[in-house]
Amino acid sequence: MMTIRRFEEEAARNYAKGKIGGFLHLYIGQEAIAVAAAEVLEERDYVLQTYRDHGTALALGMPPEAAMAELFGKDSGCSRGFGGSMHFFDVDRGFYGGWAIVGGHMALAAGTAFKSKYQGEDRVTMCFFGEGSINIGGFHEAMSLAGLWKLPVVFVCENNQYAMGTPLERTSPIKDLSIKAKGYGMVGDRFEGHDVDVVQSHMREAVDRARSGGGPTFIEIQTYRFRGHSMSDPAKYRSRTELEQRKQQDPIAVVRERLAGLGVAENALDDIDLEVDEQIEAAVRFADEAEPAREDVMMSTVLAPEVEA
Amino acid sequence: MRELRYREALREAMFEEMKRDETVFLMGEEVGHYQGAYKVSEGLLDEFGERRVIDTPIAEAGFAGVGIGAAMVGLRPIIEFMTWNFSFVAFDQIISNAAKVHQMSAGAVKVPIVFRGPNGAAKQVASQHSHSVAPFYTHIPGLLVIQPSTPRDAKGLLKSAIRSDNPVVFLEGETLYGVKGEVPDEGEEELVPIGKSRVARPGADCTIVTWGRPYYTVLAATEKLASEGIDCEVIDPRTLRPLDVEPMVASVKKTNRCVVVHEHWPYGGPGAEIVDRIQREAFDYLDAPLERVAGLDVPMPYALNLEDKVLPTEERVIDAVKRVSYAS
Repeated sequence: MMTIRRFEEEAARNYAKGKIGGFLHLYIGQEAIAVAAAEVLEERDYVLQTYRDHGTALALGMPPEAAMAELFGKDSGCSRGFGGSMHFFDVDRGFYGGWAIVGGHMALAAGTAFKSKYQGEDRVTMCFFGEGSINIGGFHEAMSLAGLWKLPVVFVCENNQYAMGTPLERTSPIKDLSIKAKGYGMVGDRFEGHDVDVVQSHMREAVDRARSGGGPTFIEIQTYRFRGHSMSDPAKYRSRTELEQRKQQDPIAVVRERLAGLGVAENALDDIDLEVDEQIEAAVRFADEAEPAREDVMMSTVLAPEVEA
Repeated sequence: MRELRYREALREAMFEEMKRDETVFLMGEEVGHYQGAYKVSEGLLDEFGERRVIDTPIAEAGFAGVGIGAAMVGLRPIIEFMTWNFSFVAFDQIISNAAKVHQMSAGAVKVPIVFRGPNGAAKQVASQHSHSVAPFYTHIPGLLVIQPSTPRDAKGLLKSAIRSDNPVVFLEGETLYGVKGEVPDEGEEELVPIGKSRVARPGADCTIVTWGRPYYTVLAATEKLASEGIDCEVIDPRTLRPLDVEPMVASVKKTNRCVVVHEHWPYGGPGAEIVDRIQREAFDYLDAPLERVAGLDVPMPYALNLEDKVLPTEERVIDAVKRVSYAS
């Protein structure tokens, strides 16, 4: 979680310096969800995320160097400079993207799950999206087909309360989104996302269900992003009091407190922080010095090379 | 050689490729138990079962996306759109996902998928069901777009499309499904290469580039023109992206005249692209400006007398050839 937190803070800093372009959506405040998912999933599983994808990729083991170099638009980035912040890929770790059309990747997740079922494999797909996705058609069609065909997929709605600047109560007539699961013939679950242990135990149940042929689950996780929607968003649509209240439930503070309670020494945790600081600083240096993205790769990857039959 | 209908040629292509490769499956509305809205998939369910011939609910964006996701992790889906008109609700899946992910992932993710179904006008199905969609999809880098005119090309190109590691938009034609033509005998496998034009009729006086339904309109027109002493060479691009322009240019260098005939609207599209490429690559050889005979620039009307006017007619083809030939 600290790696994600520090990575995101450093990304914001380098965005301000002009080292990172385009859109940048930070995961700060939601880290427990990505970390719990990585803990619960197996290496062979598939994961798809929205454009707020750094945290999930890092949790799955993507080296911060490859992640930061991607933000810097470099050849050694995880997508060699073709994806940027919103399109991280690391298929060796099961991370099938960073997708930037709201709701558009959910059917893809049903598709990777379809493949698992078609081949009789016990791979699970986990698909993340925000509560801003729940009204778009892509959500409905993906949920419909996954439910109909009992696909091994876990749909995780990271409800961070705001679709860009619009709070949920202005976009949804219901508060409990998990009841939507029923209409698609799947199990629904709903819980808060600031305690990594809680997230993990709920996710494990859903992943086990998918893996054992019990079909998909729709999970709504109540979470909160501490930063704006993207770097251009000062988040004026919410009050300082609300933000401060939410920060009382910072997932990292929750873990620190629990570990302290278990007798882990404060300076042992500080040592981890220092280690992470160094790791992220090294990632920034790496990204800064890396070679730029390549034109020949741009021209040669529009299409896949055809293999002669 | 034997004679097959276009529809049967397509079915054979799917049958053979599904036999050959277990990762190939067919998914779409009414493809299984109903045997296909246009009977292209007739018999496939009996042969391959429900695991591989999959009926879907009416949810084009959903099942197109499922196909793309499955292709990203190694399957080879054939996604049937009952007609290409319905692909518009799946446009984002094809454009933003299928066409983008290979480069977006720096080549790590391939999408070996075929989207296929009937394209263009049928008969009196009015404006929402008569779209000729090639201009939309040929615009997109990351897609291959194929539109076969004959049963032989339909079979050979569909087999190549299924084996391609790239997303393919495969445009058939409802009015072509019943067309008969020569197809290699059973056991004689033919893979028609993607991205290769074909000279359909050799000739000396005027080049006509055409594909799809107007291909047959053009062939009929060339017979009438021949009787009037104008010998046309007909070239069928077969693949609209990438375009194989070289045989067209070579032909125009010989005939010095060219007419491009297509069903899609005249504003942009492969018709305009072909004209642009030929005028640049054969400019010094042209004895007349290139002409296009296109579908008229209107939504398709229901009334038969008007629909007949909108689609390219023999008369319009003949007039255009005569204009570029300065013949009356």
